[in-house]
Amino acid sequence: MRLKTILKLPGFRALVKGDPDREISRIFCCDLLSIAMSKAPADGVWVTVMGNRNTLAVASLTDTACIVLAEGMSLDDGTLEKAGSEGIAVLSTDLPVFDAALKIYQAGAP
Amino acid sequence: MSQALTFRYEIDGDDFTRAGEASSSMKNKLKQLGLDSDVIRKVAIAMYEGEINMVIHADGGKITVTVSDTEITMVLSDTGPGIPDVEKAMQEGYSTARAEVRSLGFGAGMGLPNMKKYTDEMQIDTTVGRGTTITMKVYI
Ligand SMILES: Nc1ncnc2c1ncn2[C@@H]1O[C@H](COP(=O)(O)OP(=O)(O)OP(=O)(O)O)[C@@H](O)[C@H]1O
Ligand SMILES: [Mg+2]
Repeated sequence: MRLKTILKLPGFRALVKGDPDREISRIFCCDLLSIAMSKAPADGVWVTVMGNRNTLAVASLTDTACIVLAEGMSLDDGTLEKAGSEGIAVLSTDLPVFDAALKIYQAGAP
Repeated sequence: MSQALTFRYEIDGDDFTRAGEASSSMKNKLKQLGLDSDVIRKVAIAMYEGEINMVIHADGGKITVTVSDTEITMVLSDTGPGIPDVEKAMQEGYSTARAEVRSLGFGAGMGLPNMKKYTDEMQIDTTVGRGTTITMKVYI
């Protein structure tokens, strides 16, 4: 599945589009950054409620393709801009973590 | 590359928002050097955890990274409070992180165990009241 499939999902707002043709590896859910740091898969979709600049740092270091902020969380404008320059997509949804991950899974994520 | 390359970073102690920038910059340099992605990932994880620890627990510090033909050496030194019980600090789940820091997603007590797991050698030299120096090596 490519990133563009997720970008179009109803109920998800694309705050940063990243590279829509990027191939997605896996979905990963976690809110503790040290755990995400060691387990987030490269080219993955990371679903979390933790929306701050450190989330982006972890996503960048782990080569995460897309951050999905659940429960209506967001990132400040400076961080979104940085995500754009690093080619990391950022989505926001009002869904809880599990439901958000399930929707992406059902859309065909590996 | 026959001569070792050295990179130095100053880590600001009270700027949370910038924590991780040194590790990001190092990761990009290693990419430019064409190193194996597995090696780069290990260095990025270990250095990031060390960098964050310096900001959270020790009010900043210095990081020196040396890249030779055979290994990458990271030396992280701070003049913070030191670690009273290293064995305890190395256990998964042990953390003294403040509530405000936890609310940002830190404090799982996984940083030091991650650093150990992702490096080939790790040594902690620490003195309470004087500071901590952590040396880590990743073989290439
Ligand atoms: N540079 C340091 N100076 C002083 N104390 C430190 C330093 N690094 C780690 N510690 C101590 O060791 C403990 C464990 O560190 P570790 O990185 O494993 O967990 P954490 O930073 O508390 O949480 P996490 O890394 O999961 O966000 C810390 O809570 C702190 O008490
Ligand atoms: Mg830590």
